[in-house]
Amino acid sequence: MKIGRRSFLSFLIGGAAGTALSPMPLKLTDDSAIWTQMWPWTPVPEDGEISHVNSTCTLCPGHCGITVCKINDRAIKIEGMKGHPVNDGGICLLGVSGLQLLYGPTRVQTPLKRVGARGSGRWEKISWEAAVSEVVKQLGDLRAEGKSHSVGLITGSDRGTVPQLFARFMTAYGSNNVMRTPSMRDSYELTLQRMHGTRALPGFDFENADFILSFGSGIIDGWGSPVRMFKAFSGWRSNHGKVVQIEPRLSRTAAKSDRWIPVKPGTEGVLALGLAHVIIKEALYSSDFIDNYSVGFEDLQRLVLDKYSPDNVAAITAIDQKDIVTLARDFAAASKPLAICGRGRGSVSGSLDEFMAVHALNALVGNINKKGGVRAVSEIDYINWPEVQMDAVAAAGMQHERLDGAGSKNHPDTRSLLNRLPAAISSKEESSLQALLVTGANPLYTMPGSTAVKKAMAGIPFVVSFSSYMDETAQNADLILPNHTYLERFEDVPTPFGLQQPVTSLARPAVEPQFNTQHVGDVVIRIAKALGGSIAGAFPWEGYQTCLKETLGNKWETLMTKGFRLDDNDRAFAGQMTFDTPSGKFEFANKETGRMPQFSPIKIEGDEKLYPLVLVPYDSFRLAGGYIGTPPFAVKTVEDTVLKGKDVFVELNPETARALRLREGQHAILSTPRGQAKVKVHWFDGIRPGVVALPRGLGHTAYDKYLAEKGVNFNELIGPVEDPGTGCDAAWGIMAKLSKA
Amino acid sequence: MKKDKRYGMVIDLDKCTGCGSCMAACMAENNVPFREDESNKLLSITWMRVYKLTNGKPFPETDVCYLPRPCMHCGGQHEGHSPCVSVCPATATDYSLKTGIVSQIYTRCFGCRYCMASCPYHARYFNWWDPVWPDGMEKYLNPKVSPRMRGVVEKCSFCFHRYQLAKEKAYIQGRRELAEDEYQTSCTQACPAGAITFGDLNNHKHSVYKDKKNPNAFRLLERLGTNPKVYYISSRAWVRRAGDNYLRNEAKPAKAVQHG
Repeated sequence: MKIGRRSFLSFLIGGAAGTALSPMPLKLTDDSAIWTQMWPWTPVPEDGEISHVNSTCTLCPGHCGITVCKINDRAIKIEGMKGHPVNDGGICLLGVSGLQLLYGPTRVQTPLKRVGARGSGRWEKISWEAAVSEVVKQLGDLRAEGKSHSVGLITGSDRGTVPQLFARFMTAYGSNNVMRTPSMRDSYELTLQRMHGTRALPGFDFENADFILSFGSGIIDGWGSPVRMFKAFSGWRSNHGKVVQIEPRLSRTAAKSDRWIPVKPGTEGVLALGLAHVIIKEALYSSDFIDNYSVGFEDLQRLVLDKYSPDNVAAITAIDQKDIVTLARDFAAASKPLAICGRGRGSVSGSLDEFMAVHALNALVGNINKKGGVRAVSEIDYINWPEVQMDAVAAAGMQHERLDGAGSKNHPDTRSLLNRLPAAISSKEESSLQALLVTGANPLYTMPGSTAVKKAMAGIPFVVSFSSYMDETAQNADLILPNHTYLERFEDVPTPFGLQQPVTSLARPAVEPQFNTQHVGDVVIRIAKALGGSIAGAFPWEGYQTCLKETLGNKWETLMTKGFRLDDNDRAFAGQMTFDTPSGKFEFANKETGRMPQFSPIKIEGDEKLYPLVLVPYDSFRLAGGYIGTPPFAVKTVEDTVLKGKDVFVELNPETARALRLREGQHAILSTPRGQAKVKVHWFDGIRPGVVALPRGLGHTAYDKYLAEKGVNFNELIGPVEDPGTGCDAAWGIMAKLSKA
Repeated sequence: MKKDKRYGMVIDLDKCTGCGSCMAACMAENNVPFREDESNKLLSITWMRVYKLTNGKPFPETDVCYLPRPCMHCGGQHEGHSPCVSVCPATATDYSLKTGIVSQIYTRCFGCRYCMASCPYHARYFNWWDPVWPDGMEKYLNPKVSPRMRGVVEKCSFCFHRYQLAKEKAYIQGRRELAEDEYQTSCTQACPAGAITFGDLNNHKHSVYKDKKNPNAFRLLERLGTNPKVYYISSRAWVRRAGDNYLRNEAKPAKAVQHG
């Protein structure tokens, strides 16, 4: 047979048509699906019985109720607990990602002892006996040498039984160098102490307020108790509440508010006094409150009428005079106006003058101790342990001045000044701290001036971390005694910041401890017992759980069944107009105690000529900024205009960017008096010209590969600036320069 | 005969704070994997993604709005057109007339990504790599959702496994109908601002039925005729206008919304 062109083509076409009509293509499609998918390494999660455990999230100071969903002994999902007074079913990004912290690679799985140089990451796994006896030996030796006061403690919080056990340990041991991680709580507590006479947390009845004037507070960027704030925010959207956001950058909060006042950074306090000026001058204040329940109004009046007229304020804040007047009138005309402050998430203590100026606005409109107003929320008093019986060494140790100078003559009311610690340590040849214990905190990352902090810490001969995670501080410690995570341990959880109603919640184990970790409460009791003598005597409990159960007394049952407990002895919101001040009234000022209203602005670091721009940090809800490292799910949600590859973007107004000849996405060097970093430029219209903004929460050197080595840690570019009144850090920014890379 | 169910969502953009809880809640519920670098958003698998919209005006008139985007579960045989369903050569994605949900059947998908090209909402994602969880993290995987493998496309399922579970539970209790709160997606449940509501768009007892008729309600790219089942509400006109493409000088046309 001869194969011609025609027959060859017929054969090809016929063959193709035949194949297409046969089941073969379908079969191949199906097969390819099967062959590409049936690989044994794709996990098949085991199914089983579903159960739920109610607990409390302690990843941030928001303290939401959570429900952990389990399949057999695995926790598979964290959801918000319905009916909890803080979050009623809602949950945030960080809370929902909690299981990635529990099961993640950042866990410290067993006690570790450093073998290489500090920070080199070379560790030896040791037993709990060895770890505890190492601590006991070091602390015991220092004590024997009469140097008990040279031991320091840094905690994340000072509320609840665990921080209190640590504080008790330090007293019995003989050191008063107990410091907590700073936050806006420091300034708010002092504001309330001066004005209400009670050292307490502020409680804002946001749910019933109808006009929120926020001086830079990131209401929906993580300020206060985040989920509660989201819910309150949503409430204002439904019931026509108004939100006015005062800050130089269009944050999420500013974008979602009804009015954005793009004030010149750092002049928020001046604006508050300007508003007070208008309210007083136009007699828009509540005369009932001023006349009957307050003192010192005249002093405030003198200050604001003298110095803070709208035209003066307009010149300082770069806000139009008319806008200032309108804003003051709107604020005073609202039925339940609330003024709040604490920039962003409130991770810096801030300026006391500014806090008091803002809080004075609440008093001017008389919205104190009322529904929809603000009040002082006292701590629920359930920790009633017997007084520590100090031996001679402890008593001598406690006589020493605190290293940070808190409570000294200059700052009698301040309790802790962690910001001063690096300078106090580095100022002497031999470190004034011979040992440092760190629990629930990551000062090496979160403290401003990280480079100086790192240097200071390098000088401390013995550093112990109790962290569950390999954070920066743990990485640079000599010994790690890993705590259970919040999902594996019992702990009492106090009222979250800003809640108007005192509440105690209970964190309880949702799963068995995954690794060779121990409850830090048990460990501190164990160390105390091993040190013996009066130190052991101060800890009569067998272990932490006995201590917790005894401390909570009859509250334990409720907490176990319900998960939270509201305080029955709480003073009702309405009516109570008594204050614990010397005058028994709300004090704008008090001549007798010599406290007069004043305002001195905080000058940030840097010479304007060398550093023409102002660098401010911003808190993004997608990135955890504190002790907890952002889990992978959350990192995944970060926008590509914030983080791209390893590069972080700074936000810059196009006008400023053009002047500096920096294109969108271009690399640049950001320098400040404290350091410099390579960044990328993102043009953003929602930021004041001349201001550069950098997100907090990036630039980690520790944690896992999903977070580490990405972007820049803002704290490396800024240092603390002391508030003259309190000694606390009040740096809201730093002068900076951007140049082409 | 009883009317079909058309499950859908109404997202109130005035309430949405852009916090990202919905994204993480979705990832946790649906075993969505993650990689070391997730900043290339074309490769980053996010069934639910929150977009940031800006009005493009200079300082200080700038405005920003956040827009969460799940799968729109386009109308399909319910008076519309699901672009992905009509192009899939493997019948790996299908439109359910019972629920109105566009399914994705991983074991049928062979990764041609035709559906991704056809989806006007970028709601579909391809697994370029096998999912890898760090050692021990596999413990949190949800057994109700199968982890996907390299070479398949995935997308939001309106947490269909939750529908199945709720249905089973109802059957055991001798019921055939689900109450509104029995079937809710993970993102709806997690949203701390309560911006997302979910339910049967055909059921006048469900809140989405009423909410979708809000005068400020709109859908994305309505003019394509996909009849999406995700509605958005915004009081800001520029946001509503950002929901579709317009010629520069075009006035907004009278709405051709099919409020089915």
